[in-house]
Amino acid sequence: MSVLLSVENVSLGFGGVRALQEVSFDVLEHEIRAIIGPNGAGKSSMLNVLNGVYHPQQGRIRFKEKTFADMDPHEAAALGIARTFQNIALFKGMSVLDNIMAGRNLKMRCNFLQQAMWVGAARREELQHRRAVEEIIDFLEIEHIRKTPVGRLPYGLQKRVELGRALAAEPVLLLLDEPMAGMNLEEKQDMCRFILDVKDHYGTTIVLIEHDMGVVMDISNRVVVLDYGRKIADGTPDAVRLDPKVMDAYLGVAHA
Amino acid sequence: MKEDIEVLDTFPKLLMHHARVRGERPAIREKDLGIWQTWTWKEFAAEVGALACALAAEGVKRGDHFALVCDNRPRLYAIMAAVQCLGGIPVPLYQDAVATEMAFPIQNASIAVAFAEDQEQVDKLLEILPQCPSLRRIVYDDPRGMRHYRQPQLMDYGALLEAGREALKKDPEFVEREVALGKGSDTAAMFFTSGTTGVPKGVVHTHASLIGPSRTAAELEGLGERDVILAYLPPAWIGQNIFSCAQAYVTGYCIACPESSETVMTDMREIAPTYYFAPPRVLENLLTQVSIRMEDASRVKRWLYRRFMDIAQRVGGALLDGKPVSIVDRALYNLGDLVVYGPLRNVLGMSRVKVGYTAGEAIGPDLFKFYRSIGINLKQLYGSTETAVFVCIQPDGQVKSDTVGPAVPGVELRFTPERELVVRGPGLFREYYKNPQATAQVKDNDGWFHTGDAGYFDADGHVKIIDRVKDVGSLADGTLFAPKYLENKLKFFPYIREAVCFGHGRERVCAFINIDPDAVGNWAERRHMPYSGYTDLASRPEVYDLVRECIEKVNADLAAEPAIANSQIHRFLILHKELDADDGELTRTRKVRRGFIAEKYAGLVEALYGKDASVHVEAQVKYEDGRSGTYSADLRISDARTFAPAAAQRAA
Repeated sequence: MSVLLSVENVSLGFGGVRALQEVSFDVLEHEIRAIIGPNGAGKSSMLNVLNGVYHPQQGRIRFKEKTFADMDPHEAAALGIARTFQNIALFKGMSVLDNIMAGRNLKMRCNFLQQAMWVGAARREELQHRRAVEEIIDFLEIEHIRKTPVGRLPYGLQKRVELGRALAAEPVLLLLDEPMAGMNLEEKQDMCRFILDVKDHYGTTIVLIEHDMGVVMDISNRVVVLDYGRKIADGTPDAVRLDPKVMDAYLGVAHA
Repeated sequence: MKEDIEVLDTFPKLLMHHARVRGERPAIREKDLGIWQTWTWKEFAAEVGALACALAAEGVKRGDHFALVCDNRPRLYAIMAAVQCLGGIPVPLYQDAVATEMAFPIQNASIAVAFAEDQEQVDKLLEILPQCPSLRRIVYDDPRGMRHYRQPQLMDYGALLEAGREALKKDPEFVEREVALGKGSDTAAMFFTSGTTGVPKGVVHTHASLIGPSRTAAELEGLGERDVILAYLPPAWIGQNIFSCAQAYVTGYCIACPESSETVMTDMREIAPTYYFAPPRVLENLLTQVSIRMEDASRVKRWLYRRFMDIAQRVGGALLDGKPVSIVDRALYNLGDLVVYGPLRNVLGMSRVKVGYTAGEAIGPDLFKFYRSIGINLKQLYGSTETAVFVCIQPDGQVKSDTVGPAVPGVELRFTPERELVVRGPGLFREYYKNPQATAQVKDNDGWFHTGDAGYFDADGHVKIIDRVKDVGSLADGTLFAPKYLENKLKFFPYIREAVCFGHGRERVCAFINIDPDAVGNWAERRHMPYSGYTDLASRPEVYDLVRECIEKVNADLAAEPAIANSQIHRFLILHKELDADDGELTRTRKVRRGFIAEKYAGLVEALYGKDASVHVEAQVKYEDGRSGTYSADLRISDARTFAPAAAQRAA
């Protein structure tokens, strides 16, 4: 399998806080790559670097054979990187359908006027995108809430809708920031199944941050462990689990 | 038309007939990717033909059984029809059954080929494969998640269809030849009864026994090709098969399959079926949703709703029955129809319902009247798997909430001296599969089927079902005692969750009550009555008064029915704990296990028949986290007023 994304020596700081220090790792095509670590380890910062929200002071990112000193969110999306957020960023007043349709934004070619007139190309385009959205709705089994405003849905379903919106962009690389946070066991199992299905069905490469170790160990192919902004381990779930440095980080050995 | 009926004696023949005479009419619809897709009778028949060809190549022969584990989908009905074309016997199984429950039917009927909806069902069939050596082919519908499955038994529906189309090109006459071989007396389908006692039994129905009653009932209700039904109940249940298969084949109406089981409400509104079936619990859920939404509505709307519902309660039923109603009431009702009932029917998806049935269990009179009062022609019917559903139907204009109506034309009914209802008619099943002993137990030499239900004819000759025969007892004076009938009457009150009545072999009837914590909790909150939980609530004198009122209403009702007037409830107590399936007090389907409860709470039962106004209980309580503790308290016992029987009143 070829390398889809590699992060080389990335460092990121906010004033005196050093969020990431010379972190390097790579992501292979069609794998599920997990980033784990205790609170404040720099996981979300890493994800934000990958999709261009944060600009690292040092290091570079290679994505699909191209090298970037930093990414720009717009550019990242155009290149095929989509993400979900830890604290759900959906349009609460809009329906599930419209939220997912919003994820198709980058694929739409017609201008505002054409869409408002609902003629020719705009009409065809809308139908084609609606079909794509309906396929995602079918895939995620959310037909019953298609027309429901997102704000009225329970948390677990909102997470699923957010995944749907990310999928609508037909991403090559999908970044999931704590997809299972705050879910009950059944919702977690469902979400695991969907993540595995996404990889299987769409062939999407997935990078995910997750706190639930059981989930991480079950579904990811390889795991990066961060602690205080540094990478302390990298490997298969089994190898990482037994790594003494990882145990220390999680069990809280005094840091000199 | 008459000769048609004689020639078209099997489902495949009917299918081909519809493809010829109404080829362009919709046969089946399904919502897929948000859009309703339609198959005409012609398209449906073409798909069925191709499938039949392919299944023949897979070795399905006349008389072979074929398992189906699938929700209501056009492909399920296509496969089913294809199997019948070949003279095979479809055996639909419940989709929510666990793998081990599926093993028995497959072994019992040595099933070789099965159809499964998706990965979930395929997994179950693969799990039982070692116990079911006969099973050699599993056709699946939805390929999702199946990419890594390599079992040689598996085959995709698309591949099967493609193979069938190819084969059909070589031998276009094949299907017609096969269909022509079928006759009305052939087995058409087999339905496994749920089997709450012992192993499940396969109920064998012929084409004739399914088509006959379906046609009679369709003629009775005036159903035709323009009708539409929403198929949303499990296909393994015979009712679903009759409504969404047999009657569709008889009349040529259209079956609509919902998008998923969660979207039924929305799909129903979009399709607006003209023919409808719902068990009481579904109707109750719908009403609850309506009530909740009305609570949230604006004050004006709530006022309108209450006002017009009062009018509907008063005259709606009478209007539907074609009884005389004053001009003023008629005008008010029409106004109500404009502002309340019409929109309400629309929200429920029942704007176009010509006839709706409910059956399966006793329906609360208020619930039943609600639907009828807003202009939905909801009626009760009576039947079972063994009778192909239609035994009794309430005719238009003669609808009552507590009977199931007179016999359907062609069906003979009588009650045995033990009050058991026995039935003879064209819809009777042939036998239980490979179980002559069980068949002989319920079907006697003259062809009478023993339903196991006890009841009697009321004054208008309508059948009134009161209980299962085995549960019916008699009081010490020899009069009828039907505990379930009483319990149902009690449970129709929202405040009563469960009731257990005692009285067999005793002087009078007494009862245990379980209050409904939500309904009574709500009631208490509205009265600013603080309480800590179920047990606290159950011991309040106010709650006892509330329950007593319910019981006295039941007693007043019972007094009006001479046959069971002696079953009025004299004393009751509210149990200190909720009856629970985990403690063995209820079955998993929430039916009370009367015998077990009587034994477990023998002390309380004795106290009911004693004179004291309270009884001391000490009980082991198991908490949800697994800990257990003891509970001890004095339970109050209360008397309820009883009424003189109606006959006696009239005489006095």
